[in-house]
Amino acid sequence: MSTLEIKGLHVAVVTEEGSKEILRGVDLTINSGEVHAIMGPNGSGKSTLAYSIAGHPKYSITSGSVTLDGVDVLAMTVDERAKAGLFLAMQYPVEVPGVSVSNFLRTAVTAIRGEAPKIRTWVGEVKEAMSALSMDPAFSERSVNEGFSGGEKKRHEILQMELLKPKIAILDETDSGLDVDALRIVSEGVNRVKKNQDLGIMLITHYTRILRYIQPDFVHVFAGGRIVEEGGPELANKLEENGYAEYITA
Amino acid sequence: MSLAATSNYLTPTGREEPWRFTPLNRLAGLHDPAFTLHDRISLEPADIPAGVSITIEDAAAFAPLSKSEDQVVQRVREGVSKVLLVEIKDNAEIAEPIVLSRKILDMVPEISRVQVNAGLHSHATVVISNSGEGVFAEDIEFNLAPGSNLRFVTLQEWAGRAVHVARHHAIIAKDATFTSYVITVGGYLVRILPTVEYTGPGASADLYGLYFATDGQHLEHRVHVEHGVPGAKSRVNYKGALNGELARTVWIGDVFIRAAAQGTDTYELNRNLLLSHGARADSVPNLEIETGDIVGAGHASTTGRFDDEQLFYLMSRGIPSEEARRLVIRGFFAEIVSKLDLPEIEERIMSRIDRELAAVRS
Ligand SMILES: Nc1ncnc2c1ncn2[C@@H]1O[C@H](COP(=O)(O)OP(=O)(O)OP(=O)(O)O)[C@@H](O)[C@H]1O
Ligand SMILES: [Mg+2]
Repeated sequence: MSTLEIKGLHVAVVTEEGSKEILRGVDLTINSGEVHAIMGPNGSGKSTLAYSIAGHPKYSITSGSVTLDGVDVLAMTVDERAKAGLFLAMQYPVEVPGVSVSNFLRTAVTAIRGEAPKIRTWVGEVKEAMSALSMDPAFSERSVNEGFSGGEKKRHEILQMELLKPKIAILDETDSGLDVDALRIVSEGVNRVKKNQDLGIMLITHYTRILRYIQPDFVHVFAGGRIVEEGGPELANKLEENGYAEYITA
Repeated sequence: MSLAATSNYLTPTGREEPWRFTPLNRLAGLHDPAFTLHDRISLEPADIPAGVSITIEDAAAFAPLSKSEDQVVQRVREGVSKVLLVEIKDNAEIAEPIVLSRKILDMVPEISRVQVNAGLHSHATVVISNSGEGVFAEDIEFNLAPGSNLRFVTLQEWAGRAVHVARHHAIIAKDATFTSYVITVGGYLVRILPTVEYTGPGASADLYGLYFATDGQHLEHRVHVEHGVPGAKSRVNYKGALNGELARTVWIGDVFIRAAAQGTDTYELNRNLLLSHGARADSVPNLEIETGDIVGAGHASTTGRFDDEQLFYLMSRGIPSEEARRLVIRGFFAEIVSKLDLPEIEERIMSRIDRELAAVRS
């Protein structure tokens, strides 16, 4: 049982005009096995929250805390956070030319598990995970995310999550850009890891569609850099009907 | 033998276009007639495969096949009495590389000439590997007979204060293909002129390069492709990385398509990766076209900083920063290195780069 606890998190980005505050006091606790959907308008700071937890250097934490099972996440380097059990499926996965998917996956798994996987079982493990996500095995030999379609990049993110077996995963718009079948396949992948690992999930999305596959326990409305309302799955339907107008203060 | 000061030799001053990037004070006198140069063939062949002969001949009997305006090359030509001659027989299909290596351990200024003749329809790979620490100028010519296919791999794995000036010139006949890999991972001053000319249609050149400069190194590659006949093709792709405040690289890509060269197809590319502040990469592609009747001609040049997004992505998957950097840099060079098809050399180059990266950062 793991707990990711975010308390009073304030985050700024450094711009040419100076520091700009984006997160204005985020409080959120995610336990193993729970699904927290985060919904909110464009530019409200959802990706900023995700990146700040993962440790992207662009964001500076001005106050607040993030802990995983009581351990200070903000004091950790980016790779240490991943080793501690955090995973971020990115809204815009990065292309890494010249580094093959297979080399990348093996290097990452070796780092996370603390030892190189046995070659014989590893090849099978990757093959199986890829086929579960309907990914062509040919992707192994391609450069990481290079020339991947939007949907292929998202599948590749979930493939990594399956292999790295995190405790808490943040899925930043993993559903955007997926066709109907891919949405089901990717959701099944997420549910598989949730079941096997008792994964806790922060699911950032704009659509209720994915919530039909991945049942949220909580829905949070994110606006203006903080959580402005919380509720159960019914809140998502209400948002879909009414939009965010009532949460946006001019 | 030294070059008499009475010849019409003009000592470069650094103001001439071809010399303006080169720190002449690092040339250890290679360009200066006041310094004596020593005629010495230090290349040692490894096993010589069947279908190949390697001999040392009188320079007079094997005069240069091409003209060069480079002053150091002229000094080499006037100063050497012998030529190392590599003959690849007609129709020879040689799978294993023909390897020649030298390791210079003194700083005595040395000059040498090499001529490689690839026979009709022959297939071969020549590897010339340079290491150690020396002061050295060379003139290498490749003469490709019609239909031949020659791959040339040259490694500059110099240490410390090594100074190396070279011209690698290929003369490519009808339907012949020349592929070169110029790999420079060390040296105080390295200045290489990979140059190409064509004598018949269907001739083709693929010129690849990789360079990695650390603090205090000046690595310069001046490519020149002369399209003087119709129907020839060239592709140039050089990639470099620089690490260290005083790391310096220069890449020049001169491609000339003369009026007679209808149907020319050319593309040249240079990419540089700056791994630290202060490092400086000059990149000057230069395409001159004197005929409108061509298949294609283009060039691209980019110089960019290390991409922190790539580093973040890899680290967010648990990969430590040192290893992530190594992966990104290996990835950057992979496009060139993976084409080599010589795994032992690939690994040697990449691990040297890994070691130098680690050394700078620790
Ligand atoms: N370098 C920067 N300079 C100025 N503003 C920035 C910078 N980086 C991010 N921002 C701003 O921070 C805000 C939050 O961005 P973020 O990507 O977190 O939004 P989001 O909620 O994920 O939006 P979306 O739903 O469109 O993905 C945006 O208004 C964005 O323009
Ligand atoms: Mg976003």
